[in-house]
Amino acid sequence: MIKINPLLCDLCGTCLSVCPADCMSLDENRLYIDNDACTHCELCIGVCPFGALSSGNEKEQANEK
Amino acid sequence: MKSNYDVVVVGAGPAGSMAARHAAEQGASVVLLERDREIGVPVRCAEATALNGLSKYTEIKESWITNTVSKIRLVAPNEKYVDITLPVDGIVLNRRLFDHDLAAYAAMQGVEVYTKANVTKVIFKEGKLPVVQVTHIGVAKEITAKIVIAADGVESRIARCAGIHTQTKYYDIEPCAQMFLEGVDIVKERIEFYFGTELAPGGYVWVFPKSDSSANVGLGYNASISNGKTALQLLEEFVHRKYPNAKAMTTVAGGVPVANTLKEITADNLMIVGDAARQVNPMSGGGILSGMAAGKMAGRVAAKAIGRGDYSKKALDEYKKVWDKEVGSEHRKYYRIKDYTVKMTDKDFNDLAGMLSPIPPEKMSLLRLFKAAVKNKPSLVFDVIKLFSNIA
Repeated sequence: MIKINPLLCDLCGTCLSVCPADCMSLDENRLYIDNDACTHCELCIGVCPFGALSSGNEKEQANEK
Repeated sequence: MKSNYDVVVVGAGPAGSMAARHAAEQGASVVLLERDREIGVPVRCAEATALNGLSKYTEIKESWITNTVSKIRLVAPNEKYVDITLPVDGIVLNRRLFDHDLAAYAAMQGVEVYTKANVTKVIFKEGKLPVVQVTHIGVAKEITAKIVIAADGVESRIARCAGIHTQTKYYDIEPCAQMFLEGVDIVKERIEFYFGTELAPGGYVWVFPKSDSSANVGLGYNASISNGKTALQLLEEFVHRKYPNAKAMTTVAGGVPVANTLKEITADNLMIVGDAARQVNPMSGGGILSGMAAGKMAGRVAAKAIGRGDYSKKALDEYKKVWDKEVGSEHRKYYRIKDYTVKMTDKDFNDLAGMLSPIPPEKMSLLRLFKAAVKNKPSLVFDVIKLFSNIA
């Protein structure tokens, strides 16, 4: 599960270019990740120029719900 | 927006607008779809290019040129530098006006232009024309195209819809951050590059003046040799140290593919251009002119294909052939130089600057610089000479 910080994401698309699963998409306002298709390779995290992506663990996910 | 066109161009950057314009000029019906609400905004680019190069592809408006530069300064990690007098006029563009006007030139050739038009998917089925699914100002629509030209930038998703592998390796991507700074102490006619493994591992910082006291300042590093800091953190460090009194008026993220061109830039009913096709100079990261070149080539081939009624990969491969011959082969040479420069250590940069800094700028050339940089690699020296003899 990749977490997006929408306050940091600048919609530049660099993460999409390295994604092997093609599970990310963008519109003019938001970045989307299809977590079912995501292979959790985390390549996107390392290229984000603003550090908007992070690896979310399951405990955090449960808290968010 | 109609439900079918000869050519659908996805993305209104320089490559997309050039493709649209040239396809329409030769008689095709063309729609140009831009996801953002305004063409040319945000500016995800360092904005510098060469005037003579640009004039090959378009008539030039004075309003695009915010500054003309005649000198380059290359700064090593120990602050030693090499000054070079540019052999051609360098210009710093206003990409906001530039991108808008390139799309406007296309519109004047009859291209329909839509912003806030987000292409979510293109359905390619054998024996059928592709169907472009687009959301235009919140309304979902489908457009049937004879040819789709994917100019969708670094993310390059449209090509993936046709099964083309566009995923870029870490070694071939540069995360970037860029600021528009006011109140910087600079020399207006000199662009500057800063190198160093702490500063920008495998990449560089650029300082491109836009006036006496403002500049486009940015940074890109090679993702495969990251030092754990984001592009923004690296840039903030540089700016705080170098220009402590500067005001950042804009801060933008970006990514530059520094790869060889994709193996496949055509498929049945599809051509890929610009950053989406990885048509960026892999050494410098410059992509304005090569994107425009590719757009023009693809637009013309598209119109010809429409005229003949043959949109097969075989017909569209004429674009690939022209690209490979005119630009792609040069990019492969630049890629080999990149392979070498990415590995340069701070000591290498310092030694090089120490060796070359006594040479007066008017006697210094990029050719001389690169020959010195790759002196231990005879095969690369040969590449460098070939490259520069092509350019000159």
